[in-house]
Amino acid sequence: MKRIVQFKLNGGPVDLDTDDQRMLLWVLRTDLGLTGAKYGCGEGICGACAVVVDGEARRSCLTPLSQVGGSDVLTIEGLGKEGQLHPLQQSFIDHGAFQCGYCTPGMLMDAYAMLQNDPRPSHDKIVSQMDRNLCRCGAHQRIVKAIEYIAKAAKD
Amino acid sequence: MVAASDIHRRDFHRLVGSGIVVLFGLKPTTPSAAVEGAGYPDDLRAYLAIGADGRVTVFSGKVEMGQGVLTSLAQMAAEELGVDLASIDMVLGDTDKCPWDAGTFGSMSTRFFGPTLRAAAAKARGIVQTLAAAKLGVSADKLMIAKGVVSVAAQPDRRVSFAELADGVRITESVSQAAVLRAAANFTVIGRSPKRLDGIEKVTGAAQYAADIRLPGMLYARILRPPLHGAILINADTTAAETLPGAIVVKREDMVAVLHADPEAAASALAQIRADWRSPEATLNQDTIFEHLLANAGAATQIAAKGDLTKGDLATVPAADLFETRFVKGYVAHAPMEPHAAVADVRHDGATVWASTQTPFPTRDGIAAALGFDAKAVRVITPFVGGGFGGKSAGGQAIEAARLSQICGKPVMVERTRAEEFFYDTFDPASVVKISSALDRDGMISRWDYQVFAAGERGAATFYDIPNLRVVSAGGISYAGGKLPTALHPFAVGPWRAPGANMNVFATESQIDIMAAGAAVDPLAFRLKHITDPRMRRVLEAAADTFGWQPAIRPSGKGYGIACSSDAGSVVATIAELKVSKDGRITVLRMVCAQDMGIVVNPEGARMQIEGGLTMGLGYALTEELRFHGGDVLDRNFDSYHLPRFSTVPRIEVVLVKNRELQPQGCGEPAITTVGGAIANAVFDATGARMMRLPMTPKRVLASI
Repeated sequence: MKRIVQFKLNGGPVDLDTDDQRMLLWVLRTDLGLTGAKYGCGEGICGACAVVVDGEARRSCLTPLSQVGGSDVLTIEGLGKEGQLHPLQQSFIDHGAFQCGYCTPGMLMDAYAMLQNDPRPSHDKIVSQMDRNLCRCGAHQRIVKAIEYIAKAAKD
Repeated sequence: MVAASDIHRRDFHRLVGSGIVVLFGLKPTTPSAAVEGAGYPDDLRAYLAIGADGRVTVFSGKVEMGQGVLTSLAQMAAEELGVDLASIDMVLGDTDKCPWDAGTFGSMSTRFFGPTLRAAAAKARGIVQTLAAAKLGVSADKLMIAKGVVSVAAQPDRRVSFAELADGVRITESVSQAAVLRAAANFTVIGRSPKRLDGIEKVTGAAQYAADIRLPGMLYARILRPPLHGAILINADTTAAETLPGAIVVKREDMVAVLHADPEAAASALAQIRADWRSPEATLNQDTIFEHLLANAGAATQIAAKGDLTKGDLATVPAADLFETRFVKGYVAHAPMEPHAAVADVRHDGATVWASTQTPFPTRDGIAAALGFDAKAVRVITPFVGGGFGGKSAGGQAIEAARLSQICGKPVMVERTRAEEFFYDTFDPASVVKISSALDRDGMISRWDYQVFAAGERGAATFYDIPNLRVVSAGGISYAGGKLPTALHPFAVGPWRAPGANMNVFATESQIDIMAAGAAVDPLAFRLKHITDPRMRRVLEAAADTFGWQPAIRPSGKGYGIACSSDAGSVVATIAELKVSKDGRITVLRMVCAQDMGIVVNPEGARMQIEGGLTMGLGYALTEELRFHGGDVLDRNFDSYHLPRFSTVPRIEVVLVKNRELQPQGCGEPAITTVGGAIANAVFDATGARMMRLPMTPKRVLASI
């Protein structure tokens, strides 16, 4: 149904007059011009479309706009601040935690949400939390190392 | 040689302004007929330009799909030219700006394009030196080049920068003979691991893939697809779809599509189309396919032969020394995370198409033919490609987008759904290998009769020293002729990361292991007894050393397996450690891989490729096999088609075996070829059971034990 939907996106206000049953992924990628979140499977299986809604990682391909009204939405474009990379982004670069890069925005947003809720996850927890994200290039062990590096920094 | 018309057409200086442009017209050193046949033209050429700002731009028809050539090619140019990596800009896969290229596949970018690019950069270096010699009033041999500055070696204050030399000049040089490349001992950029040049874009979401292109007025297309391969459209009722606001329905004899400014609305409109199809009767499935392949593969071609297979009567060979086996493997999907996508903007006099493709130039030609345009009127731009693995060598999405844009007069995006991506994949073919081999009284391999069906010949010819052998291939994909044995398969097949070699190495390395056990010799020792190639011996020993291999007659119960392979000019050995649980599930705990690929341009990039290949290999080895019923592809998403994931990827250690005597060889593919064999052999070591079919699912493991 067509409605006014308002939410916070990467810190700024968004005000849309549109069908609120549309999925957040496509609204981000078309109306809002943010193409960082990717379409990978359309069924919430691969995680390429992950964004953070009110501190929790969500599959934007399965999240209707009606569910984000009044929420705080963070996408890959909003992860760094004022032109500076977020430490997690830098860690991905430093550990070579991507190849083609298509799954990377989703990986980063899922990992970011995990670290927000638990800044010092164990290796096993990182593996089990990230297990719902797919990477075809095989950067897995580097992604885990990149996240562990941030988790260890939080421990020190 | 570079054709003059090409130079005019490209008008390099219009592109780069004043500066120095180097064309390169030398045929690359192609060691195999397969590479020639892959379409490398006589006038393959790289070019690079030094602009008036001193920046260097490298133009290449290769694409960046994750394998890291954006960085490694830049390193090669920087090395030969004597500039910082940071002063290099890369333009890849743009058919208007880059020299022709057959495509990015076969682990050939570094091996074959690399030397060409390095020669062009070396030539540019020579030009810069000559200009500097005139400007500084010394002879060229008194000069040194570093970090984009030419200076007099004895008086470093007398210097001139690349920018000063390039400003105001318009020099176009072509190179038609091999240039003198820098010696490996003097490398300062090659052999290091700078951070990937695409890093910041890829971690910030700024990296653009084809589906990220936005043009004013662009429409999203959804195309009516058959329920199964071979189905024929009888009737499509589009009346309901046509009534949806904003929807444009296109009906052509061979294509029915809905376009809309909102991709979800286009999908909804497509769902409103009522279509009747006539479907062929289904016969084949993933279990019956192998007999079909054996019956229909056709005549075999000989790949290798040595000695005399008829020598000695087989009947006299003791049964314990004769090994007759049959290995099979199912269809495997490419499943890149980025589905095929394209955006086309077709005007009356030309077209621009952004496509996720490994083959920008052939794609351009296909689009031109479909639109009725001259190839020169079509420009294909390749943004970042979100994984290819061979699957983006083909793909009709760019032609579909171009046709729809031509029909509608607006820019059009075609982005495959995941279901379409599975359905239209050019799968790694199902295949069969039959081997008959024997040991002599001394426990040495005396005969090797090898037949491969449908996989193709890559990796089939053995590197083991065997006096009497024959290797034949039937029904394989012939890359040299570009023909696909389509009639043999219920849907499209095509190149898949090291095409054919995954099956051939799995079969060969399993057979070698079977014979080692038959000879009661440790499988590493057995291999070394039959290998004289010093490079292969070194990687085997390096892998064993790092792993901590303990010689034993297998099965030992430990779950260790070894396999080795020679591919794309590299040699590679992998050792896997695993455990098999009571329910037949294989858990791979560790993989150690040693590879000799000659000079390593970017060691960290090479490690990433090898780790990635081993990880991807876990898929075809353990979980990935397409289920189908005739032309009906039953797996259409990741819920039933299982990729390797965080919880299934073991600890992977990579050893880069140094070999500076050899120019850089292939890296993207060799390692993956060893995974099936290493794991199958480790399962044997753990359980005593031989896995004759890939993937090694829990059910098949249980059935074998």
